[in-house]
Amino acid sequence: MPRKSKKKQRKGAVKERKEKVISSLQNFGEKTYDQIVSGEFPWTNIPSRSINNIFYDEKLRQYILGDRSVKRTARNIRHIRPLTQLIWIGMFADELSRQSKTSTLRDVYYSAQAYEMSFTDQQESDNLITDLETVIGYSREDFNVFPEERSAIFGDLTVEYTLPGYEGNKLNLTSHPDGMMIGPALTSSELVNCKADKVIAIEKGGLFTRFIEEKVHTKHKALLIHTAGQAPRATRGFLKRLNRELKLPVYIFTDGDPWGMHIAMVIISGSANAAHLRDLNTPDAKWFGVWATDIVDYKLPSDQLTELDVKRLHELKKDPRYEGKLWKKEIDTFIKINKKAEQEAFSRYGLTYIVDEYLPAKLEIAESL
Amino acid sequence: MSETFQEISPADFFYRNRDIAGFTNPSRAIYSTIRELVENSLDACEINGILPEIYIRISPEKEPTSDPSIYKIRIEDNGSGIPSNIIPSAFGQVLFGSKYKLRQTRGTFGLGGKMAVLYGQITTHGQAKIISSIGGPKSYEYTLTMDIQKNRPIVIKNKTHRNKSQWHGTIVEFTTEADYSRAMAKILDYLKQTAIVVPYANLTFVDPKGRFYKFDRATTLMPKPPTETIPHPHGIDIETLKRMIEATNSRTMKDFMKRHFQRVGESTARKFLEFADISYKRKPKNLTPEEIVKFVYAVKNYEGFLSPDATCLSPLGKELLNTGIKKELNPEFIAVHQRRPAAYSGYPFIVEVGVAYGGEIPKSAGILLYRFANRIPLLFDEASDISYKVTNDMMNWRHYRVLPDTPLAVFVHICSTKIPYKTVGKEFIADRPEVEHEVINALREVARHLSLYLSKKHHMEREKKRLDVFSKYLPKIARFSTKLAKKKKIPDVKKLMRSAARYAKEE
Ligand SMILES: Nc1ncnc2c1ncn2[C@@H]1O[C@H](COP(=O)(O)OP(=O)(O)OP(=O)(O)O)[C@@H](O)[C@H]1O
Ligand SMILES: [Mg+2]
Repeated sequence: MPRKSKKKQRKGAVKERKEKVISSLQNFGEKTYDQIVSGEFPWTNIPSRSINNIFYDEKLRQYILGDRSVKRTARNIRHIRPLTQLIWIGMFADELSRQSKTSTLRDVYYSAQAYEMSFTDQQESDNLITDLETVIGYSREDFNVFPEERSAIFGDLTVEYTLPGYEGNKLNLTSHPDGMMIGPALTSSELVNCKADKVIAIEKGGLFTRFIEEKVHTKHKALLIHTAGQAPRATRGFLKRLNRELKLPVYIFTDGDPWGMHIAMVIISGSANAAHLRDLNTPDAKWFGVWATDIVDYKLPSDQLTELDVKRLHELKKDPRYEGKLWKKEIDTFIKINKKAEQEAFSRYGLTYIVDEYLPAKLEIAESL
Repeated sequence: MSETFQEISPADFFYRNRDIAGFTNPSRAIYSTIRELVENSLDACEINGILPEIYIRISPEKEPTSDPSIYKIRIEDNGSGIPSNIIPSAFGQVLFGSKYKLRQTRGTFGLGGKMAVLYGQITTHGQAKIISSIGGPKSYEYTLTMDIQKNRPIVIKNKTHRNKSQWHGTIVEFTTEADYSRAMAKILDYLKQTAIVVPYANLTFVDPKGRFYKFDRATTLMPKPPTETIPHPHGIDIETLKRMIEATNSRTMKDFMKRHFQRVGESTARKFLEFADISYKRKPKNLTPEEIVKFVYAVKNYEGFLSPDATCLSPLGKELLNTGIKKELNPEFIAVHQRRPAAYSGYPFIVEVGVAYGGEIPKSAGILLYRFANRIPLLFDEASDISYKVTNDMMNWRHYRVLPDTPLAVFVHICSTKIPYKTVGKEFIADRPEVEHEVINALREVARHLSLYLSKKHHMEREKKRLDVFSKYLPKIARFSTKLAKKKKIPDVKKLMRSAARYAKEE
């Protein structure tokens, strides 16, 4: 039965990845251990994340790190502390992963104190977590460390938990009308059944709720995701899974200004900050609005661009991710009309206009892009 | 109306102007009293190469009420003693003394001891008792007061005692008004600093409350006693020259110069007289007043004289200075230096300095400065002193790794046949470029040693801190990686610790 085999394959995805994470953590530990045993000061190479080692990869359509790396060695008095912290975080991540417990960035910061490994501040521990990501090549969510911010999902997708205590439990994501939080339990679930045929990521919470009320999920057979501004990594990773595992096209709907445009771009092409990681971006996702040209075409209520907006637009113009024709045209239009509009601006034509008129029209355009 | 005129004696003058000698008020006066008497005692010992034993007592004369009050002062020493017939004048006649010579002593003016007695007399209407012996079969006891207007001692009683033990020394006792509570800190400071600069003395002090302070000698080594010297040509003026001519029996100017001036030989005498345009054959007693002026003028402008002879000076020496500092301050590090002799206006002088760091030296806002001149601690008017200026304004301490909070003491000792004091109170030394030059160069020398020491110390501290870091983190790395690698045995990091210590030395 093809359906079943597909399901099995999916189930493997989460587990397999978890095993890989654990074994690469253990590798890191073994390497260090062997160095000490052979009388060598322990050391590790960390690919450099400095600005001049971050490149845009046209093929992968995301930022990647170059070949340069920094050697962190216990022989160096300035390195020994961060190296110890790095190994400690490795140990901590290993425990989390094996016990399927999750932790926040803040937890990590506090837990360290129990080992006399205190960090000067949260920034320091966050940086070391990023170092560990770079060393083992997996993102912190893979070893169960999550930031505080959360976003939400709603739509006809059934997931099956792998979380201990919930293993095998299934949940349909239309169960709760506020949407379900995209947290560790969800991102570690297998995707077992999906009736939707597309994903729509929405910047603002108000509109996400409106879309649920207006039944966009049935009218358009869509999974709705609320990014809550810049999408958290867990959400970006989840979008990627929906796209890859379920082959769902992803559409992004943001405010019509340089910041909204960039929220879409980070989902599509990733961020420089995550250049050391893969599988966080969805290159085929499409941004369908609010475009600058929409402001003109739909005669939307708008505000003047601020100085900061204009500056940002000029920055984006130079950004390699914005090479495409659509992006260039929209940036230029923003600059030309000197205006921006929020997603809510469509309310001028009544509450359902956006769902009944705008959305179908734009989805059609987006599909053809 | 016509003014009335009168003549006053030197004693009267200093009675009226006792401020200038340091007898301003009951608090300052008790300090000056102790100081003058202790210095007389120390001089009497050192001139004769005797290891000083000095006993000082201040006791309340009546039931203590509140300061200022009347106290009895008693000072005993084991110095040379004073010949019997001299005793009354030595303690009862202002501007009488044995130290008006080109010789390095604490006393110079023939005034100090008398000011102490005079102040006691005018405040308590009392008498002074002096007992002294030069080590012969007898000792002499005088009870006397001063006739201030006539500047004469009045002997009231006069006794002779048998001196079987051949004791030599002097005991001085009299009453005086004092504000001891306010002067106490300064007096103790003075004694402590004296103990630094005279580390071969035993000082005992009993204060009005009966408290004992003992400053024990740390060495029996003494500097060689000062010797008397004849003047250097640059040190004379018209008056001195006239007196010298009067006293001489030289028959020619050449001979006169060779005999009465230091470091003038045959050729210097001839060359100078030629320069001065005075025949070397001239008889000194026949010089005309114009020629005397010409001579002195030429002396000032002649550059061919050798610099003054410093063998008459009696500096402390590096070893004693070191001993003194260590004994009273117990610092962590000491560097001392003695400059070669230098001269100003014909007077030779030697600058000795020390720096002391750490140990019992308190961390204070600035550098502790100890000033000494001819082995006298100088405690007042610090900011006007040349050493203060050099230490605080001219030295770039940062250059020597000394930071504002570094616990540091600086010692400057200047010795000379004539210390350029600004006042008879002997409290601070005038700005003399020659002296300034010596002080700064000496300080730079000791500061260099200090800087080396500090840098070594910093290096060692840094090294220790560094190894601490290794010993803190290496075991943790071992422990964490064992766990992460799922191993059983935690690897030993001793070998790594050893190599951390080793390569630090190479770097
Ligand atoms: N304790 C003493 N032992 C021996 N001689 C003394 C003692 N005290 C004073 N004299 C003699 O008395 C003289 C006068 O002492 P006084 O203190 O008045 O003057 P000074 O020491 O010569 O000079 P200054 O005024 O600078 O102290 C001294 O020069 C010294 O010869
Ligand atoms: Mg004297």
